Amino acid sequence: MNKKRGQQSIIFASPPVITSTANIVGPMEGDGLLNEFYDRILNDTLDNNSSWEQCESAMMEWAIKTAITKETSVIDDVDYVLAGDLLNQLMSTHFALRGVGRPFLGLYGACSTMVEGMLVGSTLIDGGFANKIVAAASSHHDAAERQYRFPTEQGVQRPMVSQWTVTGSGAAVISAIGNGPRITAATVGKIVDMGIKDPNAMGPAMAPAAVDTLWHHFEDSGRQHTYYDMIYTGDLGNVGKALVIDLFKTKGIDLSTNYEDCGCMIFKEDQDAHAGASGCASSAIVFTGYIYRQLMQQKLHRILLVGTGSLHSTTSYQQKESIPCIAHAVALEM
Amino acid sequence: MFSSKASQAEQQQYQEKFEQLKPKTPILKNVIWAFIVGGLICMLGQFLMNYFVSLGFSNKEAGGPTSVVLIFLSALFTGLGVYDELGRRAGAGSIVPITGFANSIVAPAMEFKREGYVFGIGAKMFIIAGPVLVYGISTAILIGFIYWLRL
Repeated sequence: MNKKRGQQSIIFASPPVITSTANIVGPMEGDGLLNEFYDRILNDTLDNNSSWEQCESAMMEWAIKTAITKETSVIDDVDYVLAGDLLNQLMSTHFALRGVGRPFLGLYGACSTMVEGMLVGSTLIDGGFANKIVAAASSHHDAAERQYRFPTEQGVQRPMVSQWTVTGSGAAVISAIGNGPRITAATVGKIVDMGIKDPNAMGPAMAPAAVDTLWHHFEDSGRQHTYYDMIYTGDLGNVGKALVIDLFKTKGIDLSTNYEDCGCMIFKEDQDAHAGASGCASSAIVFTGYIYRQLMQQKLHRILLVGTGSLHSTTSYQQKESIPCIAHAVALEM
Repeated sequence: MFSSKASQAEQQQYQEKFEQLKPKTPILKNVIWAFIVGGLICMLGQFLMNYFVSLGFSNKEAGGPTSVVLIFLSALFTGLGVYDELGRRAGAGSIVPITGFANSIVAPAMEFKREGYVFGIGAKMFIIAGPVLVYGISTAILIGFIYWLRL
């Protein structure tokens, strides 16, 4: 039976189950709005490692291993690990996976990586190629700053539209059988570029990609937006979120009641994050913490998680290119 | 809904929408912060200068040790992780004085120490200040040349 629906979507025949999740965050996230939903909060952004990159690797390794032990499996039960981060050549992920020792596929979808991993992992399971996979993603504020922007001790004033890269990592174990929310459908996004060039305005650059993927998801699956209790995008921030609502309004759809952005859920107003949170870990820590618990406690029954990624590089914006963006969606039902 | 390469008109329409929703820079607040912090740094410079003059330096000579002390303080507070907090609020107020220039050299030096003394500190120390030096010195040469022609 062909499981593909419409242009871009998949309806799983035997929906894979998210049997366990784990997450770990830095101190600023720990002081934020969702602090009770994190498994571990670091006291500082180095955590006795000698570099921020090492700290990020350690966080991811910890998240993957903890997610596995939480569901009383052993690491050898994992058929594949699908993971990625923001750094060049997936530095943090590769060093994290050195300590995991399981078959691994590295993914780069910028901040959409967590959802991309869940999507690919679900197809591996539903296709009968795996019984258990782990999807994971990480980002680190300081490591990302030094790669994409300025040295961290540089006294620069951030524009109000900019977002704060989350320090943290989240991992989800997806199994063929078990208890937990099931991934019933997925939509693979295509690259959308609306010509935004300002690398500080990633949320607004990504908003059209999220809208495009959502639109195709509704069209392909035959589900309306009201089918879901909540729709979450990854890291669009306040401005990107407002743009998504606005773009849907012009199509006659009112998303304002059941739509939220993970990037608006992490930091408090007084934490000076400006337009919200960003980074691979934004959707990863909110999903593996808050959203997963809401699903397990049956407070939410059907959600759509849309990972959003802005796929520019430091070279591309110095060469005055605009920002190509992508969004992938997975539907979870409890 | 969107084509991967949206038309010029579509892009423009979206960018206009974005401009409407873009949060406004709190200019007044930023300007006040910059004025006060920038002013305080310059005042500190003046105090130092007066002190060095009182030690017997001439007005012209006192500029040297004044700059040295300001640069030292900026480097120290960058190392202590304070200067970036100041810069986040004060903006140009802490970037424009000589202390901002010192910060822009010490910050990358600290940042890239992990890549070693040669390819880390040595190569990356001037990633921010380098362009300022290149164009600063080039402009000085140009102006010097014009001055020389005038004579």
